[in-house]
Amino acid sequence: MKTYILQRFIQMIIVMVVVMLVSFIIVELPPGDFLTTLREQLTEQNVDPKVIDSTVEMYRARYGLGENWFFRFGKWAWSLMKGDMGYSMQHNRPASELMGERLSLTIWISIATLVFMFVIAVPIGMLSAIKQYSAWDHSFTFLALLGVSVPSFITALVFLLLSVTLLGATTVAGLFSPEYVTAEWSWAKFVDMLKHVWIILFIVGLGDTASTIRVMRARMLDTLGEPYIDTARMKGLSGAKIYFRHALRVAINPIISSIGLRFPQIISGSTIVAIVLTLPLIGPLLLDALLGEDVYLACSILVVLTLALVIGNFLADLALAWLDPRIRFES
Amino acid sequence: MEQNAVENGQPQLNETEAEERFDVTKQVSYGRLIYLRFLRNHAAVVAAFALVFVYLITLVCPFFAPYDPNTRFLEKVAHPPLLPTFIDADGKFHLRPFVFGTVQSRDPKTMERVYTEDTTQRFPLQLFVRGDEYTFLFWDSDLHLFGAQDSPVFILGTDTQGRDLFSRILFGGRISTTVGLIGVAISLILGIVVGMASGYLGGAVDSIIQRGIEVLLSFPSLPLWMALSLSLPRHWSSIRIFLLITILLSIVGWGGLARVVRGMTLAVKSEEFVLASRMGGGGTWWILMRHILPTNLSYVIVAATLAVPGIILGETALSFLGLGIQPPMISWGVLLQDAQKVSFLSQMPWLIAPAFFIMATVLAFNFIGDGLRDALDPYSNF
Repeated sequence: MKTYILQRFIQMIIVMVVVMLVSFIIVELPPGDFLTTLREQLTEQNVDPKVIDSTVEMYRARYGLGENWFFRFGKWAWSLMKGDMGYSMQHNRPASELMGERLSLTIWISIATLVFMFVIAVPIGMLSAIKQYSAWDHSFTFLALLGVSVPSFITALVFLLLSVTLLGATTVAGLFSPEYVTAEWSWAKFVDMLKHVWIILFIVGLGDTASTIRVMRARMLDTLGEPYIDTARMKGLSGAKIYFRHALRVAINPIISSIGLRFPQIISGSTIVAIVLTLPLIGPLLLDALLGEDVYLACSILVVLTLALVIGNFLADLALAWLDPRIRFES
Repeated sequence: MEQNAVENGQPQLNETEAEERFDVTKQVSYGRLIYLRFLRNHAAVVAAFALVFVYLITLVCPFFAPYDPNTRFLEKVAHPPLLPTFIDADGKFHLRPFVFGTVQSRDPKTMERVYTEDTTQRFPLQLFVRGDEYTFLFWDSDLHLFGAQDSPVFILGTDTQGRDLFSRILFGGRISTTVGLIGVAISLILGIVVGMASGYLGGAVDSIIQRGIEVLLSFPSLPLWMALSLSLPRHWSSIRIFLLITILLSIVGWGGLARVVRGMTLAVKSEEFVLASRMGGGGTWWILMRHILPTNLSYVIVAATLAVPGIILGETALSFLGLGIQPPMISWGVLLQDAQKVSFLSQMPWLIAPAFFIMATVLAFNFIGDGLRDALDPYSNF
């Protein structure tokens, strides 16, 4: 187990470094020089020339601009490790300050979506398999295929359309009621968020829930055809015991191991849904940064999101190794 | 690719039925067997016809669209959809469908445009009318499938600039559906080459490639696409942007395909026929191309079919955000940009129509992929 954890940990570190390298290259790709842009922006804002010079000099030193790219990457990676996400040229503020709450909300909503997906999809998929070819099965098989085919931003648009035409809403439904938007975090704000968040979980999670239902149904059907299920039946076990203790435990395995692939999709989905519904998540900030060519901010967001995913995958792998002895002995 | 999980559990056939089926399998070739199995899946067959239809009307869109996508009807801005009917104001039935004329007025309170039907004016629809000129494959014409004389026909309404939405959807569909096909073709080539190399060569090459794919798959695809699209110069022509966006989409999307191919290669490479070929002096390239690729091709095609929706949706999402296809080029995502604004959507709910075309196309690809997978499943009954 220890070697397995160590192995996975080293692998995670390598993936992280490569992710940072790739992101760095993406940032370097667009033509134009960060310092020139910064100088122009500060000049436009009528900042004192001395301040401009010192600011530009500070960034030159901090990011090693003008040095070779390898050196610059090292500097950038090192400052990122220390939690310095760079500087937003658009907002004239450190990127980490801008991301702050949005980032944690994004990650929490993604985790909540994952939980939502499990809670909805596993029972439906299970029941579909147990009652194969019933009306329940047929309707959910169809709904699941439909759900797989509808991208989350279209679900969000349809939701927007319905709330505008049927409910006569004039503004977009956000994450909070108007009175709580700027309020400090409190119990009341949290409860208020819970009232709004379920629809967002539904919109973001629909596609993944649908495909999980399909996988769960298929796996459950496979498992129910196994000889040990017949044995259990012959022993006279009750239906519930067979389904939950014997079949579910085996059938759910691929779903748990697919968390690592689901999570990036959920992050992607929440990014665009947040843009459509103007939620205070990381998505709108990323779009803003990209459209405003605010490269350091954009890149920091990309890196932080990906690193969160890599760490999440690492934890999911550990959980799976702990749950399923076959995995830790395999390697 | 959890979707590849085999769905079995079809009802057991009784013996006589099984014998009949067995006879059928004795008479037909493998290809025909797959074809027959595919035909059994009615949803997939319907989807296949629907998809051919979509590709046909979007490919020859200048003819099927009643107008040029940039023709502006200035007196008909934000016009709601007007469906052709057969029954006029007096309840009389007409064999030839027609549309009523509309009169624009302003809502006295909100100052919004309101169109009211003028049931005294009837404009019968006609087939093969002359209209906006276009060039299709070096062929100049002004023939359109349908239209009406003296009055425009907006079956899906017009947008904020008075352009016919239906025509724009057809022209946008040409780009969106093409992106899917070209993107998958690129992904497929990358996936097959890298996947086969990884599976067949094994060892260090395999580990390096697999770690690389892991890195690729750990990026959330949409933010990565968004960041990559930033590196495209804005001043480039829209056709160049279109090609590069397609390449970007497939660069991010080939990892899954490569994994499928690698798995298949691993499963086949120790088979006797591969060994025989190697003993007969076949080189690596020969074995890969002549033995391993054909064995896996059918499964790879299934995986590719199921990968098309991802690329179409990627393009749509990027263009929707303004980071993908650039005007004057139109795609379904570009058309949906207007629907993003609540104020537009509340006044012109029909602007969401492109979404249904996207959904139909994606659904069709998924149904066909499912049908193909079941048809190729060697364990299915038939």
